[in-house]
Amino acid sequence: MKTMLSIISNALCRMTGRNAGARVVVSRSFADFTPQATFDIKKCDLHQLEEGPPLKAELTRDQGLQYYRTMQTVRRMELKADQLYKQKIIRGFCHLYDGQEACAAGIEASINPTDHLITAYRAHGYTYTRGVSIKEILAELTGRKGGVAKGKGGSMHMYAPHFYGGNGIVGAQVPLGAGIALACQYQGNNQLCVTLYGDGAANQGQLFESFNMAALWKLPCIFICENNKYGMGTSVERASASIDYYKRGDFIPGIRVDGMDVLCVREATKFAADHCRSGKGPIVMELQTYRYHGHSMSDPGVSYRTREEIQEVRTKSDPISMLKERMLSNNMASVEEFKEIDVDIRKQVEEAAQFATIGSRAAAGGSLQPHLLQQPAAGGPRDEPLVQTQVCQLDLNPNLQIHSDPDR
Amino acid sequence: MAASLRCFLRSGKVTVTVRDALNQAMDEELERDERVFLLGEEVAQYDGAYKVSRGLWKKYGDKRIIDTPISEMGFAGIAVGAAMAGLRPICEFMTFNFSMQAIDQVINSAAKTCYMSAGLQAVPIVFRGPNGASAGVAAQHSQCFAAWYAHCPGLKVVSPWNSEDAKGLLKSSIRDDNPVVFLENELLYGVPFEMSEEAQSKDFTIPIGKAKVERAGSHITLVSHSRYVGHCLDAAAVLAKEGIECEVINLRTIRPMDVESIEASVMKTNHLVTVEGGWPQFGVGAEICARIMEGSAFNYLDSPVTRVTGVDIPMPYAKILEDHSLPQIKDIIFSVKKTLNV
Repeated sequence: MKTMLSIISNALCRMTGRNAGARVVVSRSFADFTPQATFDIKKCDLHQLEEGPPLKAELTRDQGLQYYRTMQTVRRMELKADQLYKQKIIRGFCHLYDGQEACAAGIEASINPTDHLITAYRAHGYTYTRGVSIKEILAELTGRKGGVAKGKGGSMHMYAPHFYGGNGIVGAQVPLGAGIALACQYQGNNQLCVTLYGDGAANQGQLFESFNMAALWKLPCIFICENNKYGMGTSVERASASIDYYKRGDFIPGIRVDGMDVLCVREATKFAADHCRSGKGPIVMELQTYRYHGHSMSDPGVSYRTREEIQEVRTKSDPISMLKERMLSNNMASVEEFKEIDVDIRKQVEEAAQFATIGSRAAAGGSLQPHLLQQPAAGGPRDEPLVQTQVCQLDLNPNLQIHSDPDR
Repeated sequence: MAASLRCFLRSGKVTVTVRDALNQAMDEELERDERVFLLGEEVAQYDGAYKVSRGLWKKYGDKRIIDTPISEMGFAGIAVGAAMAGLRPICEFMTFNFSMQAIDQVINSAAKTCYMSAGLQAVPIVFRGPNGASAGVAAQHSQCFAAWYAHCPGLKVVSPWNSEDAKGLLKSSIRDDNPVVFLENELLYGVPFEMSEEAQSKDFTIPIGKAKVERAGSHITLVSHSRYVGHCLDAAAVLAKEGIECEVINLRTIRPMDVESIEASVMKTNHLVTVEGGWPQFGVGAEICARIMEGSAFNYLDSPVTRVTGVDIPMPYAKILEDHSLPQIKDIIFSVKKTLNV
């Protein structure tokens, strides 16, 4: 049946000269594809744990396509940012996430939108998975008013409900994450906080202060070390007396996870989330991953590592390729389907880049004074964290009057 | 609720120490809003290193009054994170000297976030604790951080003097959605002040950003904050006997500074002396001088502004050296006379 459809589709393509034939194959394909499959995933190394995440992961066709789409979107968005940076349309710091997509996608697949997440400066991937559009991300990078922070934050300071950035000071986000977890516990809402940091930040003292308090108070916090083997240009062996980052929590249980496999990340994070939600306290995860780009756009990334190493990871462990091959070899999707997704993503990213390039810039008139929130009406508890639009607009004039927001 | 030293006077006024005023403020705000909580070293079972939080742990329990390990950077960051996620923490530093360990969290995580996020992410936190010189605690425990924090956009910096200031301003700070640095003074904790009937109300707040004229005068303006407001009033009493009438302004808030009140006073008296406990360079007095010079009051000055400040040295230990390292009443009197050229 499938062969016949392929013959018909090829013929149609030749006749019409367009992809009309491909539609024929695709639209009839649902019945032919495997709806669900089980995959073996790498065993996680365990610290202070009797049992770990499962050794098998189930994947439905829909999930697979969704994870693929997410990872490919992040990949293409980051590559577009690279391009815009080289064109000098993006300036300042730009830390790209390509290579590490399985971490962001896998984590988001295992937590709820009502859970919380905070990370460091390599944040574009998480900004997307936490719900900010490609448009608003790229426009923030190019400093436009249409950016998620109206051009005032930039690459490292993008926020969304239940997503706390984007933090520029290495390690500072870790106590913040523990504090968000404290708020979850305090409010009794069964939510947790995923607190990410890198192999470089893993040596910051404030992490250990956070581990101590999180363990003492049993905060629902998943501390995740994205170990991409290099803190800027310093390899883990040169920075850390112990490179077993999953053990650094000492009295906190830890798991070491293959961060290039989205299913492994998902299962491990699910395991960790269950641990936290059951009231057992915090847990540490180490995701072994890799970044293709240098530390930032000003780092070519080859003075402290070899091109061969980068190339080897690309060919053997690319997270997107791995997922795609798994799905193809299990007949869960077709090559054409993936191509269509790729084309669609490219289009979206291109449109977003257009928006980010031609959109109006952050207006100096309204933006040069610090934001101070106006005093609210007689207070009272809110259900949601305070999420407000800009409330303080000041015109650039010699007398610098404060105009109060009419909505408050 | 907190045990306070109260003497009931017939006018409805009571005498309350600054410590008890702060205690009342926190107690009332904890009761009013369940999102408010206090964390810091020794705030719970010890009743507070300086007993400012006495009785609160007994009343509110472990959830709302949290003893932390000695981890300023960690617990300040935790407090900021909790504020971001919807709570309203009061983060106590045992003294502001220790806040230097956590200053990155105060500035980069708390102060700047509202702006960086274009208003999406609020940080409704109060950092409070004793600031400036104490008695005999030497160099590492005596620094004034008013100028350090007031330098930073995104923070409000409050510095109360008497009990009404302490209570009203702390309540306002807790209710404010912005990060507030609340600078107390250890030497003032035990000092009793009269508190009006109005100030005893659970809804009594003092607006942040407004200075108070504590004493009206016509010859010269004295501007100060915290403990030295008292010194200024004492100096003014002595000078009044010589026929010099000082107008004493209690800043109450360092940032945003109420420059208008200072200007209005200077336009009346034509002379200005600033008094502070902190070091002179880049300090509160320096800022006042710059702002006066930039504004319309400059034309009303009959002589340059004089700054009375702490001496530009790390605080020595020996009492006589310490006494001479901080503004004394005689220094204020001397500066007034010098400014008036009498």
